[in-house]
Amino acid sequence: MYVIRRVGVFAFSVFAASVLVFTVMSILPGDPAQVMLGTQATPEAVDALRTELGLDRPLPVQYLEWASGAVRGDLGTSPFSGQDITPQIIDRLQVTIPLAVMAMALTVLISFPLGVYAAARHRRFGDNVVSIVSQLGLAVPAFWAGLLLVTVFAVGYRWFPASGFPGWDVSVFQSLKSLFLPAVSLAIVQSAIITRYVRSAVLETLREDYIRTARSKGLTRSAALWRHGLRNAAIPVLTILGLQFAALTAGTVVIESVFVLPGLGKMLLDGITRRDLPLVQGGAFTIAVLILGLNLAVDLTYRLIDPRVSEQ
Amino acid sequence: MTDRAASAETPPTERRRGRWRRLNLGLGLGIVLTVIAVALVSFVWTPFDPERIDASKRLLGAGEQGHLLGTDQFGRDLLSGIMVGARTALFVGILAVGIAVAIGIPIGGFAAARRGWVEDVVMRASDVVYAFPPVLLAILLVAAVSPGTGSAMVAIGIAYVPIVARVTRGAALSVFQLDFVSAARSYGRGNAYIFVRHVLPNIASVLIVQMTILFALAILAEAALSFLGIGTQPPTPSWGRSLRDAQTFLQLSPRLAIWPGVAIAVTVLGFNLLGDGLRDALDPRLEVRRT
Repeated sequence: MYVIRRVGVFAFSVFAASVLVFTVMSILPGDPAQVMLGTQATPEAVDALRTELGLDRPLPVQYLEWASGAVRGDLGTSPFSGQDITPQIIDRLQVTIPLAVMAMALTVLISFPLGVYAAARHRRFGDNVVSIVSQLGLAVPAFWAGLLLVTVFAVGYRWFPASGFPGWDVSVFQSLKSLFLPAVSLAIVQSAIITRYVRSAVLETLREDYIRTARSKGLTRSAALWRHGLRNAAIPVLTILGLQFAALTAGTVVIESVFVLPGLGKMLLDGITRRDLPLVQGGAFTIAVLILGLNLAVDLTYRLIDPRVSEQ
Repeated sequence: MTDRAASAETPPTERRRGRWRRLNLGLGLGIVLTVIAVALVSFVWTPFDPERIDASKRLLGAGEQGHLLGTDQFGRDLLSGIMVGARTALFVGILAVGIAVAIGIPIGGFAAARRGWVEDVVMRASDVVYAFPPVLLAILLVAAVSPGTGSAMVAIGIAYVPIVARVTRGAALSVFQLDFVSAARSYGRGNAYIFVRHVLPNIASVLIVQMTILFALAILAEAALSFLGIGTQPPTPSWGRSLRDAQTFLQLSPRLAIWPGVAIAVTVLGFNLLGDGLRDALDPRLEVRRT
């Protein structure tokens, strides 16, 4: 029952997101056709483009047309390149998704040990050091971290490329290498956030009765934490990881521009500067669906890890 | 029991915790006041004219010819530019948070007062907006209108409306259940009056903390938008914009990429510390839950 309801909420959210993306792009001031063609365009050319884009029809009709295409996986054609938008997006996702996943993996690798360590050293020196470091991490803009990493590891040491992406079919290793620094830039900020959640989640479980029971049967503090604490602490952390994935996706938009990666974010920005509205609509909608889908996945996994959730 | 007796019984770790908290608040307040002071001073004095272009002084190092942090690719003084950039950052923060609060508080209050389907609709709508990361939403809005500080501020403000609405609703819900609200209802006060007069003062501390954190986020968002070239436009100085320009000269002069970033990070750190400090100071109940 819960699963059906949750999927229903997901479907509704996707619908609402599509309306939102569509209206933001359509209702705001300015005639898209005029904007796309610039001030030099003749009125005839503008009218022709308006007809081509279907802008002369009522808004709900335009929306239905676009949405029925989107349901079938067809996000329309870019008026600039004349190419279908969906294949372009799939192409771009091959950079953005590995980048986001890599950043998330690094985030987990950094923040879990740090958070658990801070909780274990609660209110002692180590805990304070971790708080200071995460407070600093929160204040650093990811794109600035990216610039500094490029300065040191690409311009200085030349260990990693400063920009560009060779493509998976050219070289998997080189591709991973060019995603590494961007992923680290994103992971710095995310780790600062997640470390705090891991720390408080572990602290929370350390106060539970079953930890006391585990200690009383002779387990050391750290053994009790490993055997019983971490699995329980993982539940709230998983939720936050899901939510933070949304922030991470937004972060890729900016980071892709620092490292000139041909991802979805770069496509969005290029679309914006060229005023390619169908492309921007498609890109933004894709990101929204990704995020909503991820939140759905998190909510459903949640119940697998913790059977208590279904009983409640 | 006197206060002194209470403090004598407080374990040493608790006392250290107290100092730590005051340190957050003090340091945060100190940084924020310094940034405000720098922004104000920049109106009447900067070491050099921040917009003056001088080809003979291109890319000077730190300290050369009286330029404390050196000059950029056009020979403009870096320190002066950063000082003036503080204005833009604070201005964006004030307006973006102002917009978020002006729209978000009434929406959240309305949802909490009316309950039922009104609340459901408002909250589901805010969930959908919430699914869009604020920076992405701001990018879309800026794209739909036109790049510039003005649209960046409005966009960031609108993107934060759901956050403010949620926090307001969450905090106001319990206050609406209290006896003094029923009392006010019984002598015929309307929802709007009750919200402003009785509920708002009781949730002010939560909102102030939230606003401080949002201020930090707004500064980060403006920096990101300006870095992408769709936020603040030249000649208005902006830290994010300076970093965008610095990217071109990374090989030649990596120093240019350092100071504007430090300015952003320190300012954001200040507001975050202030927010954390205020939360601890304004809400003693939170401390009980934490310990």
